[in-house]
Amino acid sequence: MARYVIRRFIFAVPMLLLISLVLFTILAAAPGDPAGQLPLTIPAEIREAYRDALGLNDPFFFRWAKWVRAMFWYEPQHAIESIGNFCIGDCIQSGDRIVSFSSRSPAVDTIYERLPQTIWVLGLSLLFGILIAIPIGIYSAYKQYSAFDNVGAFVSIIGWSMPVYWTGLILIFIFSVRLGWFPSFYDTTHDVSLTSWSSIWFQFKQLAMPVTVLTFFNAAQISRFTRASVLDNLNLDYVRTARSKGLREFLVVNRHVVRNSMIPVVTLIALSAAGIFSGAILTETVFRINGTGQLLITAIGQADTPMVQTLTFFFAVMTVFFNIVADILYGLLDPRIRYD
Amino acid sequence: MTEAADENPKADDEEPSTAGADAATTDLLEPSEEGDGTATAEAGAIPDELGVHRTLRADVWRQFRRHKGAVFGLILLTIITLSVMVGLFIYPNDPFALNVVDANQGASWDYPAGTDNLGRDTISRAMYGGRVSLSVGFAAMFFGLVIGVTVGVLAGFIRWLDAPLMRVTDLFLSLPLLPLLLVVVIFFREPMTERFGESMGIWLLVVLVIGATSWMQTARVVRGDVLAVKEEEFVLAAQSVGTGTRRIILRHVLPNVMSSIIVSAALGVATAILTESAISFLGLGFPADFPTWGRLLSDGRNYMQINIWRTIVPGGLISLVVLSVNFIGDGLRDALDPRLRSKG
Repeated sequence: MARYVIRRFIFAVPMLLLISLVLFTILAAAPGDPAGQLPLTIPAEIREAYRDALGLNDPFFFRWAKWVRAMFWYEPQHAIESIGNFCIGDCIQSGDRIVSFSSRSPAVDTIYERLPQTIWVLGLSLLFGILIAIPIGIYSAYKQYSAFDNVGAFVSIIGWSMPVYWTGLILIFIFSVRLGWFPSFYDTTHDVSLTSWSSIWFQFKQLAMPVTVLTFFNAAQISRFTRASVLDNLNLDYVRTARSKGLREFLVVNRHVVRNSMIPVVTLIALSAAGIFSGAILTETVFRINGTGQLLITAIGQADTPMVQTLTFFFAVMTVFFNIVADILYGLLDPRIRYD
Repeated sequence: MTEAADENPKADDEEPSTAGADAATTDLLEPSEEGDGTATAEAGAIPDELGVHRTLRADVWRQFRRHKGAVFGLILLTIITLSVMVGLFIYPNDPFALNVVDANQGASWDYPAGTDNLGRDTISRAMYGGRVSLSVGFAAMFFGLVIGVTVGVLAGFIRWLDAPLMRVTDLFLSLPLLPLLLVVVIFFREPMTERFGESMGIWLLVVLVIGATSWMQTARVVRGDVLAVKEEEFVLAAQSVGTGTRRIILRHVLPNVMSSIIVSAALGVATAILTESAISFLGLGFPADFPTWGRLLSDGRNYMQINIWRTIVPGGLISLVVLSVNFIGDGLRDALDPRLRSKG
């Protein structure tokens, strides 16, 4: 198993390099140009010098290699240096790192600032989605075609079909505009201190709507998947054996069936953990949360190529990482699967 | 990536039709090309014990009708499509007529869902926007389906193409698609509008981009099916009488993987409509004077306190269309599954 894990992570590196090359090619082919936003009074040669300074006139592969060096070498080194508060050889200067065109600060630092908001919303909604969906999925499989199952199926297909940006707007209308219960935007400056109830309450209020919207969406997906997986297991021989040896029904379902049917569900959850970063873009736009998704939208609008490149690469790393995690979990949970 | 990881456990039920159904399934694929529909139906008919002629198409339809959600979805989708196509000829208000006097009105007899900040009628704009959204949805689905089926069939049937094509599929699956879509749409809109004109350029760009990023699931499912069908005896029989590869794929393999293709088509429409509205909602898709449901929703949300219908109508339409398409896909999945069908 350890060998498999190591091999997967080693093979992920060329994959990520390839992905970064694809992203870089698309961004380089795009006609957006940060010098285009300068005032028209600036003469052509200064414009050219500006482009030179940003490194836009370098050959394509040179620019890509520079980005790769910064991403895979300088950024990790800088991270180690700032955690340990020392320098490895010469310290990494911020000029060596990936610098955003528009803010002139290192792109990774900005992403790091934006991450907590995204993780708060995404993490909580995934957690609640799992907690709600798995019992519902199990029960509706156990009572297949019952009223509970049919209602569950209907609600989850609705949850699947309604885009988060619409449910979000409707919630804002009802609970912010009409009732005034929750704020319609997310206040990042709010520090949660665990000693003050009003601070926790405020954090709860501003998280309530975005988390609800995403939870509904996640729960719709996970409950259907759980149901299908439990159904597959319910009619297998080992279930009959467990019943025929006189085991209580509760234990048959919860000890035997559920444990076996959770294997693909866990994998799906790991996979969707990466996928919901895309959903975050929309949720963050609707609820005005300044997380990574909103950062991407602003960066695209400003033709901030290094930022877009780094951020999309970050999303790709998440996808690849959670794919590997899903495969590893699969191997850990299911003794029939041996990777070596 | 593990196969089982991203496949619904239910997908195991979707085995391709068996060799016996081969001839009959062909009818499903080519109803129009063979000319008279009734002639084909009779040729492919399988008499059952009672001596009543049952065709595959009739069987599928009967099973489909039994799925209440699917019938509801089909009716709803038909109503929405029809009202989007002919609604503007009947409905009196023009989607583009500016009428500043009547700006920002709530629902009234003249404007059943109110007007926007320039006095344009919400409902007629939603009808116009529906044309764009639905056409993008179907065109992008079709484009994605063509890529997916081609990749899937080639990977499944031609052994030396399998590994490279599947690695490309894996690569696409690891790309952050929505961010990438946004990047491509915003950065390439100018060259496209210069070449094909303002509306056509964006339309093409959105369709191509959505299609090019939504084919992977189809490719995987089709490949899996083709790998199974390839081992069937009728393929061997076709090969032994000297049928060429192209003809085997088109006449013998494709009809047998048709059921999964149809189901992915239904799901593909839903994804494409959702993606297009997401792009437009973020303000990166179609320009403001070119309404689509996503764009209308994005414009409407800033006027939520003045006229909530501007949010409810386009968003509700997106949800209803996606809901009905999902129901239809569900019904088709059940109806095309030979094991479920034989029970009925």
